[in-house]
Amino acid sequence: MQRKIRVLVAKVGLDGHDRGAKVIARALRDAGMEVIYTGMQQTPQMIVEAAIQEDVDVIGLSILSGAHMTLLPKVTQGLRVEGADDVLVLAGGIISDADAEILRRDHGIAAVYGPGASTHDIIRFIREQIAPTSRSL
Amino acid sequence: MVHTSPQSVLIERMRAGNRRALARLITLVENGDAESRQILAHLHQYTGRAHIIGITGAPGAGKSTLVNALITELRQQGQTVAILAVDPSSPLTGGAILGDRIRMQSHIHDTGVFIRSMASRGQLGGIARTTSAAAIVLDAAGFDIILIETVGAGQAEVAIAAAAQTTIVVEVPGLGDDIQANKAGMLEIADLFVVNKADREGADATKRHLLAAMQLGGPPRNGWRPPVIMAIATQQHGISEILAAIQAHRQHLRTAGSETAHQSQRAEQEIKAMLHQLIHEQIEQHLSISQRTQLIHQVATHQIDAYTAAQVLLRLIIEPQESSKKQTD
Repeated sequence: MQRKIRVLVAKVGLDGHDRGAKVIARALRDAGMEVIYTGMQQTPQMIVEAAIQEDVDVIGLSILSGAHMTLLPKVTQGLRVEGADDVLVLAGGIISDADAEILRRDHGIAAVYGPGASTHDIIRFIREQIAPTSRSL
Repeated sequence: MVHTSPQSVLIERMRAGNRRALARLITLVENGDAESRQILAHLHQYTGRAHIIGITGAPGAGKSTLVNALITELRQQGQTVAILAVDPSSPLTGGAILGDRIRMQSHIHDTGVFIRSMASRGQLGGIARTTSAAAIVLDAAGFDIILIETVGAGQAEVAIAAAAQTTIVVEVPGLGDDIQANKAGMLEIADLFVVNKADREGADATKRHLLAAMQLGGPPRNGWRPPVIMAIATQQHGISEILAAIQAHRQHLRTAGSETAHQSQRAEQEIKAMLHQLIHEQIEQHLSISQRTQLIHQVATHQIDAYTAAQVLLRLIIEPQESSKKQTD
């Protein structure tokens, strides 16, 4: 049986606008993935713990508050501490190119998507990264 | 040597309290391949301790909120709790949005609580085919209580009754009259009823309808009359009463000897599920893509009916064995 790709979609931090996250969650569902949606106001620790319990392949973080340079590295660091840094972490939101470059290079964020990003590109990227047999025990 | 297999290492880590190993084992049994059967066989020795509680009811009845309230109360009593929250997979794409965790977030940092979302993956009975297997993993991990929350269920999604030892049916005021209460399904599987949102108008009538419907059914099965408990899950009202009723039911199962009857029922269900899976796998193994496409086309264009097509598939796994038997004879 083909393994399902499991994705955690969460809003990290205190902003209250979740339409983008919901659009992504729905698009990933329609692409046949299982999306665990935990909603708004998630701390990095909550996201790490939920990702572990749900054994997800991918975490999609939505952040519009401007606190991405503080909060996103805390998620990837938390995953590393738990030995879960094989989870693919993607970010979406209002993030400058310069910040995105740093997040990708230094903080283990695999890809950063801004306004107008195509859900098709995101789906394709996830499918390329998560090969059906890539996961070890 | 058994103990060096990757599964054994995972199981040892899980038994030592590693949550990542537990989560990975659930994924493996959820995917239901050959590996999962080895894992379940290995875990068997550690199981049979947990009490498994099913929570079912209509979409929006407040199942997740009730689960959250139950977790709070159970933790106050010092019990550890694992939750399997099932949401529907899309029948069209196979994808799913699993959103039950949203109502259970206050317990995220409590190591005595483990919450796992499951997609129903094509099953229509309100839980996934492998939900019971996932519960076995959680039982082996040492949780005292396992709560299984079903897909929002209407009238016939009764698979939970075989998977759980105590089944709670959640009702809310205003969803139907006494005829609704008398229909088959939910009424028969409930070990206890919760009328949630009991501060709403019509809650008393809902309770009356349930009690009346049960009376029409004659004397209770196995000597247990399901109680009807009023609750407001968002305010933690009625929750300790629910736990007391669960405890009473658990006691009843032990004393009435109906626990063994229930265990047989569950065992039968498990065997049936395993049999379905094996048949399905065998057919997949013997069926070529062109055969599949052709059959689908024939049914879709009304050349043959679905029953005939299913028989063709069944013959795929029956006849190769017979023909090979003939050869060896």
